[in-house]
Amino acid sequence: MTDYLLHLADTTLILSQRNSEWCGHGPILEQDIAITNISLDLLGQSRNFYQYAAELISQKNGNTVTEDSLAYLRDPSEFKNVLLAELPRGDWANTILRQYLFSEFQFILFEQLKNHSDTQIAAIAAKGIKETTYHIRWSKEWVIRLGDGTAESHDRIKAALSTLWAYTDELFIPAEYEVNLGIDFDIMKKIWLEKVIAVFEEATLSIPENIVMQTGGKNGLHTSELKLILTEMQQLQRTYPGAEW
Amino acid sequence: MVNNNTISKEKIWEILGTVTDPEVPVLTILDLGIVRDVVVTNETVEVVITPTYTGCPAMDMISMNIRIALAEHKINNVKITSVLSPAWTTDWMSEAGKQKLKTYGIAAPNKNFEIPEDGVECPLCNSINTRLISQFGSTACKALYQCNDCKEPFDYFKCH
Ligand SMILES: [Zn+2]
Repeated sequence: MTDYLLHLADTTLILSQRNSEWCGHGPILEQDIAITNISLDLLGQSRNFYQYAAELISQKNGNTVTEDSLAYLRDPSEFKNVLLAELPRGDWANTILRQYLFSEFQFILFEQLKNHSDTQIAAIAAKGIKETTYHIRWSKEWVIRLGDGTAESHDRIKAALSTLWAYTDELFIPAEYEVNLGIDFDIMKKIWLEKVIAVFEEATLSIPENIVMQTGGKNGLHTSELKLILTEMQQLQRTYPGAEW
Repeated sequence: MVNNNTISKEKIWEILGTVTDPEVPVLTILDLGIVRDVVVTNETVEVVITPTYTGCPAMDMISMNIRIALAEHKINNVKITSVLSPAWTTDWMSEAGKQKLKTYGIAAPNKNFEIPEDGVECPLCNSINTRLISQFGSTACKALYQCNDCKEPFDYFKCH
């Protein structure tokens, strides 16, 4: 269970960190605020998962693991986030499309988790689903606006899709720690595909063909990007252990 | 140290009614409906709160402000517990709270819709000739609108 919690926490933390790179750089002020607010929601979900994981690990091992030590003091190979989360933010189309693909997935996942037998996981999911609804609405509108927009916006989101699609299978391939959790990955993939294809149609986009799927993140096998993110994010705690403000 | 036997639960609720939301300072945490329970024992006062939004950065500050308010009444053994379930909803916001929001210039949540494209009542001139500017306003819990009549932009507290 703790591995699964870390997987959920790492994915939301890394995606939050990626989206936060737009802070002060968004295309217009309102959208800068939107993407950073989404970032904040993801960080909040991440904290909930880390706090719960820390509680379980501390109970089991009798040591003092905290949400901070889990986020700031683990090495890249210990991170279990999906690869999709760590990819560079790219342009606005890439950021939007990644958020959309992830939010549709997260909504379906939380729909399952909110009925989970573990009441704390269920509570975190039930809470998060409300925010995820807003994330889908916002990112979906953008996917349609860019896809069905100008020639340039269409080309950009099409390019983003051809990059990102290779990382979508991993969402639905259970890692060892996900096998006995009562999550139905096949159903999730079916529902997700239906939703995504419907939006792509409206956005005049189609799923790219002959894509070689990439996996590994759930098991700690990452792209070189993750190391760069962690170097920046963890620098303060690694340099000044226990620093607070 | 004060023996908690002398502190009534009512007194604690009364003190909590003076703690305000750092982001919307006209609302107390009771107006928001985020205090779920107060448990007074001989040793401690436990305040059970629930976050509004998962990513609400104000929760840590609200916890600290609860401690400060209680400490001003010499109540120092305070435990603050955060529970997630059942998840907070804007329906728990008090009617008084909604009225205070409006006076403050923020349109109160209306549970009949989520983020409508138009028709949210302008808190300044009461016109419903308004339009959505952005689904994410100055904080994650608000959306940004503009009134077509008085031209003022205003925040709308999103349903949750
Ligand atoms: Zn007006």
